[in-house]
Amino acid sequence: MDEQQIYARLAEIFEDVFDDDSIQVTPDLSAKDVDGWDSLSHIRLILTVEKAFKIKFSTSEIGKLENVGDLAALIKARI
Amino acid sequence: MNALYSELQWLPRPPRDFPARLKALAHASDPLGREFQSLALPALDLNQLTRLAKAIDREREAGKSLAPLAPFRLAVLSNSTIDMIVPALVASAARHGVALEVIQPSYDQVAQEALTPDSRINSAKPDAVLFALDYRALPLKLVPGDAETSTRVVDAALDYLQSLCSGIKAHSTAVCILQNFVPPPETLFGSLDRALPGTLRHHLDAINRELASLTFQSGHVLLDIAGLAETVGLANWHNPQLWNMAKFAFSGELIPLYADHVARTIAAIRGKSAKALILDLDNTVWGGVIGDDGLEGIHIAQGDARGEAHLAVQRLALDLRQRGIVLAVCSKNTDEIARQPFEKQPEMLLRLDHIAVFQANWNDKASNIQAIAEALSLGLDAMVFLDDNPVERGLVRQLLPQVRVPELPEDPAGYARTLAAAGYFEATAFAAEDLQRAGFYQDNARRATLQKQMGGVDAYLASLDMTITFQPFDATGRARIVQLINKSNQYNLTTRRYTGPEILEAENDPHVFTLQVRLADIFGDNGMISVVICRPAAEGVWDIDTWLMSCRVLGRKVEHMVLAEILRHARAAGICKLTGTYKPTERNQLVVDHYARLGFVKVAEETSGLTRWEMNVHSASPEQAPMKIVSQGFAAAGETLHA
Repeated sequence: MDEQQIYARLAEIFEDVFDDDSIQVTPDLSAKDVDGWDSLSHIRLILTVEKAFKIKFSTSEIGKLENVGDLAALIKARI
Repeated sequence: MNALYSELQWLPRPPRDFPARLKALAHASDPLGREFQSLALPALDLNQLTRLAKAIDREREAGKSLAPLAPFRLAVLSNSTIDMIVPALVASAARHGVALEVIQPSYDQVAQEALTPDSRINSAKPDAVLFALDYRALPLKLVPGDAETSTRVVDAALDYLQSLCSGIKAHSTAVCILQNFVPPPETLFGSLDRALPGTLRHHLDAINRELASLTFQSGHVLLDIAGLAETVGLANWHNPQLWNMAKFAFSGELIPLYADHVARTIAAIRGKSAKALILDLDNTVWGGVIGDDGLEGIHIAQGDARGEAHLAVQRLALDLRQRGIVLAVCSKNTDEIARQPFEKQPEMLLRLDHIAVFQANWNDKASNIQAIAEALSLGLDAMVFLDDNPVERGLVRQLLPQVRVPELPEDPAGYARTLAAAGYFEATAFAAEDLQRAGFYQDNARRATLQKQMGGVDAYLASLDMTITFQPFDATGRARIVQLINKSNQYNLTTRRYTGPEILEAENDPHVFTLQVRLADIFGDNGMISVVICRPAAEGVWDIDTWLMSCRVLGRKVEHMVLAEILRHARAAGICKLTGTYKPTERNQLVVDHYARLGFVKVAEETSGLTRWEMNVHSASPEQAPMKIVSQGFAAAGETLHA
């Protein structure tokens, strides 16, 4: 799976998690840009990503995520 | 993780247009209950549940009616993070016919909320309070080997739980729903933990046991989450990472399962649990098709793996009946034939006097289920329908959405477990009269009268996206053709049996017209489902020597399409007249009117019941059914057939 495919899948996940189909999923996107991206929906996002890509993140990896770019890089390294 | 439970596999998969249907609701006129319930029906994941709950809350706040969902106000008290669970509860409750409103006080305020008269919970006047407590909510000091202190620790925990209930009882009219406690998978000594007083496992065993008897005696409701966690496995249930990060008491993946269990408990409190189980027969109650395989051919014996799977279904049905669930039968069969295994097959556990309504006929199952509900004076929402055939399940779900229809796995070995996992018959109490209830409905397997055919069957059939494929006999199909010719009993006009060489002869004879028919639909390929052989009789006449069909595709107008195909080839071959025969046997009552229904004219009737029929090829115009037609392999046959 290349970067483009990862972002395409992430776009679907963001729509599903935040119930919003207008979110532009770019590397710079972070919690402050999305309505409802709080600590709880962040966990829902992580759980959804883990399930969709069949991977698991460690607690410290989850703690270090700053934006979608970090998340995509982590996914890419893992699959 | 076992997907039956973690993915709620008894529920259909969510439709692809789920987000679009959710959006469309914003412009729909109320009441919205039915549409919400239909959206909640599939196995939604956590995100889908969250989106649905958001829509339900939004419409409720906009003042829209959620009828006919039953309103229910549930307060949830927990020592863990339940923010992600609450929306799942709201959406899952809609699946069970409940419009749920959740009252959620601040995190970890359990005792304050329960014990203070004017707390948020007590002043909100909920219908029920759910104590969703995790073992970490209890002060469980570990005192391995110290039996005396161990008893004190357990008693203190139970006192605490009882005081919470008393607080709610004193200050409101709510029912208390008490969750029991899931032990963590980690042990201290190993197996000894279970036996040694003062270990965590020993504490929790004692608390859970006492809690069960306390709730049983007091009228409060026990929610057996320990049992649910055992079912999916303790190591799957507990997730240390999620506890550390966000104080989730259990794995996020299991929230939909947990929420469904809370929802079915609330539905049970509201009296919405199912009361009747309607069973299909062929390949559900026994393996095989009674009309074709006969009494000796069906699988129901001990020692036959396939038979034992169906016996497990019968065992469960019988156990349910004993606890008060009414049993009925809804099968596409000839009534007398369908009753035979119940009367004559010694390995059958179910007997006719266990069945309140016995509906075996050739009408669509939705009409029959409606007739059963009327005969029992029960609502459609009290019915569960068990059927191995996905087309029948789909039809009933579409035409009677209130009826609960579990999805079933490929392997019948999983049928009984799947039905039990669905929890349709959840009860929060058991009374002596429940034991007799199934008997009240007993009238020796009576038959219900069909009111009238349900509308909408055709629209459903059109949605199946069927493709019918016609071919002459060929080497690829030969084995199956021979099998069908020698096995089919019910939809078989003449019941002529032929051997492989005889079929090969027909295949090679340019004067004989042969047809093998396949049918595919959205659920998959049904394979070869019909066989026809026409032989030249007089000049310009084809006699239909053999016409048979699999009963699995009954009611889809396949026979009309087959006739149209025969006519097409007959015209090409210069044939003016088709003749057909119905030769009665013990098993083929089903097709006594086959030719009449297709527009043939009866020309003779013998005392044996044998009838002869004719059709004018040029003036015939058979009914069309909504399916795609593929006709192949006939290219040369068109000319050479002309005798």
